[in-house]
Amino acid sequence: MSSNNAPSESAISSPANKKSGIGFQLQRIWHVGQDVILPIGAFIMLLLIWELSVITFKIPIYLLPAPTLIFAETAAEWPLVWRHTMATLITVLLGFGLSIIISLPLGFALTSSRIVSNALYPLIVLTQSIPKVALAPILVIALGANELPRVTVTFLVAFFPLVIAIATGLLSVPQDLIELSRSYKSSRMQELFRIRIPFAIPFIFSGLKAAIALAVVGAVVGEFVTSDRGLGYLIQTSTAFFRMPLAFGAMVLLSIMGIVLFQLVGIIERVLFPWSTSQQVAGT
Amino acid sequence: MTAIEISNVSKVFQSWDGDAVAALENINLDIPENQFISLVGPSGCGKSTLLRLLGGLITPTDGNMRIAGSPVDGPREEIGFVFQKATLLPWKTLLDNVLFPLSIMKQMKPDSEQVARNLLALAGLEGFEEKHPDELSGGMQQRAALCRALVHDPDILLMDEPFGALDALTREEMSLELLRIWTEKPKTIVFVTHSITEAVLMSDRVVVMSPRPGRIQEIIDIPIPRPRTFEVEALNEFQQCAQRVRYLITGK
Repeated sequence: MSSNNAPSESAISSPANKKSGIGFQLQRIWHVGQDVILPIGAFIMLLLIWELSVITFKIPIYLLPAPTLIFAETAAEWPLVWRHTMATLITVLLGFGLSIIISLPLGFALTSSRIVSNALYPLIVLTQSIPKVALAPILVIALGANELPRVTVTFLVAFFPLVIAIATGLLSVPQDLIELSRSYKSSRMQELFRIRIPFAIPFIFSGLKAAIALAVVGAVVGEFVTSDRGLGYLIQTSTAFFRMPLAFGAMVLLSIMGIVLFQLVGIIERVLFPWSTSQQVAGT
Repeated sequence: MTAIEISNVSKVFQSWDGDAVAALENINLDIPENQFISLVGPSGCGKSTLLRLLGGLITPTDGNMRIAGSPVDGPREEIGFVFQKATLLPWKTLLDNVLFPLSIMKQMKPDSEQVARNLLALAGLEGFEEKHPDELSGGMQQRAALCRALVHDPDILLMDEPFGALDALTREEMSLELLRIWTEKPKTIVFVTHSITEAVLMSDRVVVMSPRPGRIQEIIDIPIPRPRTFEVEALNEFQQCAQRVRYLITGK
């Protein structure tokens, strides 16, 4: 442990072995190409094939509209489409927020004692076995024709993976770390907030990512059953009037919303908990 | 003065299927202040269990233990624990990891950070204070864990195979380093190890334990003068002590 040994070890752990030179540059471009250009290229190819097939085989609009037509019609109705997008986004975020508010304490409760876990766990699983589409009309009668049933359905669809992720994370803390904090006379609260929750962060974010993706699904289910706005409502009314390009446009926007929200959760994780992403492989 | 008194201590674990497993049976051991003592023995002889009992992490089924004259009824502030794994918190920097005991025990003082920095420097980790554990090698992580155990200046250091996960070279280096720290700041050290040479090299006394149920087989005094380096391995006394320990463990 004498200090003359430290530099040799520091060489191992410091990223000093950066390569340079033309060969490496080309290699890097190739890697970036693989990561970015390939998927984008494949996507453009798919759109092209789609567009060409629609033209060549004269596929009727009500079966499959061409991508350009979808874009044109969606753009033509943009103020309307935008309003519906915002309505759905609000439902998604409210449902997602409700999922977090309820899942966190529920996850703590589930892991706090065997008694609580035995009592609550079957109930939570039960909420998952109920088909949410079947539940939605009932919720409308119970909660009224407003935002509440939609948010409730969104919550019911989204919260389950989050609770499971939180509970799994809290329970997967190595016994070593628990012993460590106990050997310094930590209280149960200290153990929860200083050891268990930080350790569970990568798990919690996996749950959050699953939850945000499902929240979009839940919001649309809610809108199908009861709504006068939102992208789900737009799809229903458009198809009722055979405005297929607009329905497809709404679908594309839903996908984009899902992807953007999912990535946002990932970015929040990387910004607030940079160690979490590097731990993820070890943690899961 | 006696730092640790263990009298008639037994520990029985209840397994899942209801069977009782006797991990320790009738352990008697007194450890004087500032003595370096090693617990050796085959797997399952209860040496880690004994350490956890001393640390107050588990309670004995029978018998009693005193530390500095008062009964052990839970973890205590005058103890520092070093585990086999470094058990550093991955979300904290090295400095914050070392300060963790103080912050848990709410003993942070204005000069605490300087104390932690000095310890890290002593352990050859200067310049790594703001790094996270996953950026360090296993040996460096274990040194940081040692710093963490020392940060509140405990009178007693309980070490559970602290160098077991390290490679042979780092391991030798760490044992000498521990001896040096112990000479500078004398403490009572209870050191669990699988390595006979490590035990003989470092200890004032080696406690050999036997398994099923865990018992103390023999306590061997190591009469080798200090300071010790690896050169003492060539001494006759060293060979005799190591032979005796090996004979007790393997029967050969």
